[in-house]
Amino acid sequence: MTAILTNLFDGVAYGMLLFVLACGLAVTLGLMNFVNLAHGAFAMAGGYVCMVLVNRMGWPFFAALPLAFVSSAAIGIVLERTLYRHLYTRSHLDQVLFTIGLTFMSVAAVDYIQGSSRVFINLPAALQGQFDLFGVGIGRYRLMIIVICGLLTIALQMVLAKTRFGSRLRAAVDDPRAASGLGINVPQVFAFTFAFGCGLAGLGGALSAEILGLDPYFPLKFMIYFLIVVTVGGSSSITGPFLASLLLGIGDVAGKYYVPKMGPFVIYTMMIVILIWRPNGLFGRTAAR
Amino acid sequence: MFERKIFSRTAVAAAIASLAAIAPAKAEDSVKIGLILPMTGGQASTGKQIENAIKLYMQQKGDTVAGKKIEIILKDDAAIPDKTKTAAQELIVNDKVNFIAGFGVTPAALAAAPLATQAKIPEIVMAAGTSIITERSPYIVRTSFTLAQSSTIIGDWAVKNGIKKVATLTSDYAPGNDALNFFKQNFTAGGGEVVEEVKVPLQNPDFAPFLQRMKDAKPDAIFVFVPAGQGGNFMKQYAERGLDKAGIKVIGPGDVTDDDLLNNMGDAVLGTVTAHLYSAAHPSQMNKDFVAAYKKAYGNRPGFMAVGGYDGIHLIYEALKKTGGDTDGTKLVEAMKGQKWESPRGPISIDPETRDIVQNIYIRKVEKVDGELYNVEFATFEAVKDLGKTKK
Repeated sequence: MTAILTNLFDGVAYGMLLFVLACGLAVTLGLMNFVNLAHGAFAMAGGYVCMVLVNRMGWPFFAALPLAFVSSAAIGIVLERTLYRHLYTRSHLDQVLFTIGLTFMSVAAVDYIQGSSRVFINLPAALQGQFDLFGVGIGRYRLMIIVICGLLTIALQMVLAKTRFGSRLRAAVDDPRAASGLGINVPQVFAFTFAFGCGLAGLGGALSAEILGLDPYFPLKFMIYFLIVVTVGGSSSITGPFLASLLLGIGDVAGKYYVPKMGPFVIYTMMIVILIWRPNGLFGRTAAR
Repeated sequence: MFERKIFSRTAVAAAIASLAAIAPAKAEDSVKIGLILPMTGGQASTGKQIENAIKLYMQQKGDTVAGKKIEIILKDDAAIPDKTKTAAQELIVNDKVNFIAGFGVTPAALAAAPLATQAKIPEIVMAAGTSIITERSPYIVRTSFTLAQSSTIIGDWAVKNGIKKVATLTSDYAPGNDALNFFKQNFTAGGGEVVEEVKVPLQNPDFAPFLQRMKDAKPDAIFVFVPAGQGGNFMKQYAERGLDKAGIKVIGPGDVTDDDLLNNMGDAVLGTVTAHLYSAAHPSQMNKDFVAAYKKAYGNRPGFMAVGGYDGIHLIYEALKKTGGDTDGTKLVEAMKGQKWESPRGPISIDPETRDIVQNIYIRKVEKVDGELYNVEFATFEAVKDLGKTKK
């Protein structure tokens, strides 16, 4: 019984992490209809910023996390203004080619600057180890991930559903021409949303260094996971990717624990089954656009 | 279509064969070494260490041997065997090299093997560690190690030191399977029991569920082989999950505590016992000088890959001295057989039968020395041959 709960806990933590990493992609792909395969590069940037701040400059871990967010968002906004916005109206193939190129450039750049070996972020002692809660092993670091990611998810959902910015964004997505006719500055809304998505990825990158490992090949290695989350979840809201992340995280952990021989395939099997059942993802919108 | 393929293949073979006939006749004053290494990609740290070590050796010993100037031509194969093959072909046909050397991973070494045989030039394997490699061409000589060497030794050591039940966690690819099988063979022969066996995918993002399974199996120790680079992640999660506190030790071949990464792994690795060919903390004077020179030149400590490169170039120098500068491939390989020398890792030699390396395997424990983490050697198994050759 305790083994099941420990696995459930690990699975939720892993799923939450996937969600923070991938939800920016759900926003750009689903809301802005832009295929951004370079999403992982922003995550990697955040991870490396956090690593440099903590390991080389002695910042405390919790102070470096917001900066990982801010720096990735800043890189995102610069690239959005200079490069991405020219591609919004282009075909998806152009977008794919452009962003995959950007991904390779980021890999080479980080390899050149920081070297190719894996890096770790020095964690405070309070985040290391595991404690027992009624016999269930709870990893401190994973608990922190669940707390941070849970709060973020709630905040995101509130912003999208309840605030003026959220409704502007939804309006801009549904019909950019009508929205700008109503006085909404569509490019600005998109730029801000894009930067925010990049920032989340950066935060996710910083958080994932401990669990997934951080090296210059991060954007390529985990691209497939981000895409699975978005396709399975459907890209029309953030609830979809959130539930998909949890499902995949728990499924992946449980699969690796109970059937280690099949472990690596569980996540793909789940994706195939779900997509056969619901080709547009769990919460896909069929009509829109 | 089919005919054309055959034609092009024969053409390449013919080109290589004719080259082999011409090469020794040209009395040139330089000896060219084609170095094929992964300088980009996930294995890049291997390539960089070997390149660094070779440069260091040539600075120390000069670049002239037996009246010939040594010239290194470096090609990056990113550890992709197709690229290795192309690079080897270019080096042999266009650059007319006298040696090909390097090879970060087993598939790369194997891809170049038929070319070495056809062109009759020595292939010096400085990193890849699967046993079969030297059997694939009579021109292959290895200066790195085989996984069988360290895995059998740690199996023997574990049984004798009170470890009865072991769970294994190995990466699911050729070297990982080699490590697992040789460990199991010696460990179970000595009376040990493998209670849990898990093969993890090579591109594995998260060890957590596998480690939880290990923890619940309650073994005395976990036998681990993951490629250099993933060791850090493994050790961190091992500690996070509290396996160290549950009294489950980590044992394995030394790849998991590679000197290249060891110091960044955190105190969780303290007490890990591994069997391996080299530790930067090896107490010989020669090694101290080597480590000091390497650190001075490149700012970090050398790992076992660097030593493989350092010894590889040494072997090339010695072979040339012995042939008096003659670059005939067959003579060079003959000259390499049975060479014995003192390396930073300790005394080593080339087995005249298999052209594979014979070396001491050390049992080491991770300890803190002057505030840094090192593999401190505490037992030695002398002159270990490769036990993994397929029986003939």
